[in-house]
Amino acid sequence: MEAFVSLAHGLTIAIEPMNLLFALIGVLLGTAVGVLPGIGPALTVALLLPITFKLDPGGSIIMFAGIYYGGMYGGSTTAILINTPGESASMATALEGNKMAKAGRGGPALATSAIGSFVAGTIATLGLAFLAPYLVDLAVKFGPEDYFALMCVAFVTVSATFGDSPVRGLTSLFIGLALGLVGIDILTGQSRLAYGVPELFDGIEVTTLAVGLFAVGEALYVASRRHIHEEKLEPVRGSLWMTKEDWKRSWKPWLRGTALGFPIGALPAGGAEIPTFLSYSAEKRLSKHPEEFGHGAIEGVAGPEAANNASAAGTLVPLLTLGLPTSATAAMMLAGFQQYGLNPGPLLFAERPDLVWGLIASLFIANTMLLVLNLPLVGLWVRLLAIPQPWLYAGILVFATMGTIAANPSPVELMMLAGFGILGFLMRRFDYPIAPVVVGLILGPIAESQLRRALSISLGDPMVLLQSPFSATLLTIALIALILPFALKGMGRFKAVED
Amino acid sequence: MTRRIDVAGLVIALILLAVAGLIWLDMSSLELSSVYGMGPKAAPKIVALGLGILAIGNAIMALRGDLPARESLDWKPIVLIIGGMAALIALIKFGGGFILATTVLFVATSAAFGRRALLADIAIGVVISIVIYILFSKLLTLSLPVGPLERLI
Repeated sequence: MEAFVSLAHGLTIAIEPMNLLFALIGVLLGTAVGVLPGIGPALTVALLLPITFKLDPGGSIIMFAGIYYGGMYGGSTTAILINTPGESASMATALEGNKMAKAGRGGPALATSAIGSFVAGTIATLGLAFLAPYLVDLAVKFGPEDYFALMCVAFVTVSATFGDSPVRGLTSLFIGLALGLVGIDILTGQSRLAYGVPELFDGIEVTTLAVGLFAVGEALYVASRRHIHEEKLEPVRGSLWMTKEDWKRSWKPWLRGTALGFPIGALPAGGAEIPTFLSYSAEKRLSKHPEEFGHGAIEGVAGPEAANNASAAGTLVPLLTLGLPTSATAAMMLAGFQQYGLNPGPLLFAERPDLVWGLIASLFIANTMLLVLNLPLVGLWVRLLAIPQPWLYAGILVFATMGTIAANPSPVELMMLAGFGILGFLMRRFDYPIAPVVVGLILGPIAESQLRRALSISLGDPMVLLQSPFSATLLTIALIALILPFALKGMGRFKAVED
Repeated sequence: MTRRIDVAGLVIALILLAVAGLIWLDMSSLELSSVYGMGPKAAPKIVALGLGILAIGNAIMALRGDLPARESLDWKPIVLIIGGMAALIALIKFGGGFILATTVLFVATSAAFGRRALLADIAIGVVISIVIYILFSKLLTLSLPVGPLERLI
């Protein structure tokens, strides 16, 4: 049981006062931005990257993880109280949660989602701790061709599962891959697509892209359709606490949601969207009160919310053990590791066990902090929703440009930020998913270098990709995942629920 | 359901095709290659080809009118926000300093979201900018651009 020993060791690191403080800052920030409509956890990590690069890597990464978990809690609050799911993963929660809030049962809805998130997060983090060593043992046997194949799987699943059209998802991915080409090719020293601009020689900054797409793009999009949509905040009425009946109806959905969310998140299949909707439809089918669905059934909040959190923890499995991000937030966390010269993967477990296990252990602490912060203090968080929209978005943009200015105060970098903002706006307007762009920019160059390494070892023979059993299997999976959505077109794909 | 050709969708397809062409052109100008295996040209080739195919896919969707319905669009706030960012870039470039530049962006954005109280927003913008400046430049020792206002602090 090496996981126990490592976890115990990690715990001693996680309870160091400085790390506890970082975890607390992380969960506070994460909840706050999760509650605020318009900023999700991916953007928060992106905004913080430029201002944390002088801090201690261990502490910063603990803080990023706190933001990740906190964002999930906060996001459900927004989904329940104003029916604007900040991210697709909260869409299922909004379905029943907002109905409950309208019926004056907002308190129990918030409570079941907070407790469900805690239960799911704890079980899934345990799953992460016990699964990680096995995957690391497996991953050390991986050659560059296997890593390349793994990234192909991630590329396909990330772009085909986000959004409802595989063509649009793949278009987003290839925009990201194209942006990833920019810069000096390390092996031959030639610049690609940089056109002599010094800011481009090192490649496009992930943070500039992410902040542009998420912050500037979102602000432009919301501003452009402000005349159509007015957001309405449902006040939390009645008791905050769950009744005995609520508990009885919630605990099974929590566990089922966890069972769906963690494996799907842990597979490099990406996205919390699928498990949350699977959980929603499972609860609808299994419920003793199916007639309540659509009018505020508590199972429909408890299950998806647990699935959402479990899949967030699951996403950390491929991120930490393989260096493979399968969501936008995970991609930003990978960028966070990279800014300290750390590469998640089996080597990191061997070289910096203190850092990895400190991080995993601090997830438990963050999760407990979040339960305490969210149950009694939910009223406080709700007040954040009262910040007037103009000031909120103006503040977000000021902070967004500040990050870029602090990292690189050059007009070219700022113009790129504005340009990516316009790109993000257009992609939202024409319904292209954003996350594949970020994943493409981060993973594209890594996939290229792995492929080149594989081919130089094999002296240029491309058959090496099929000779390794791992790689051959993974490439087959990627191919099937690529073709399947086209074959099944129109057959019960999850569509965005527009209200 | 009426299905008609979506002009904006066709423009998107054309842009994708142009980007693919740009990548291909840039790739052809690379001279050095690796001794073994894959040179620096292979990845741009794959990406350019992929974008080309996707341009066709997007064009087919546009011709079929398969794009999701779009809502009416208010251009004024977009112009205001982009204008605010342009002003910020100009102020940074010509030494206006961090506080002035971010205040302009703050005011432009809140105006884009429908605020009409200009003086109040300027006041709030200045205060927020000064707080951020002091917090990050003094406490976290990040180097933010210095202009006339920053020298007074």
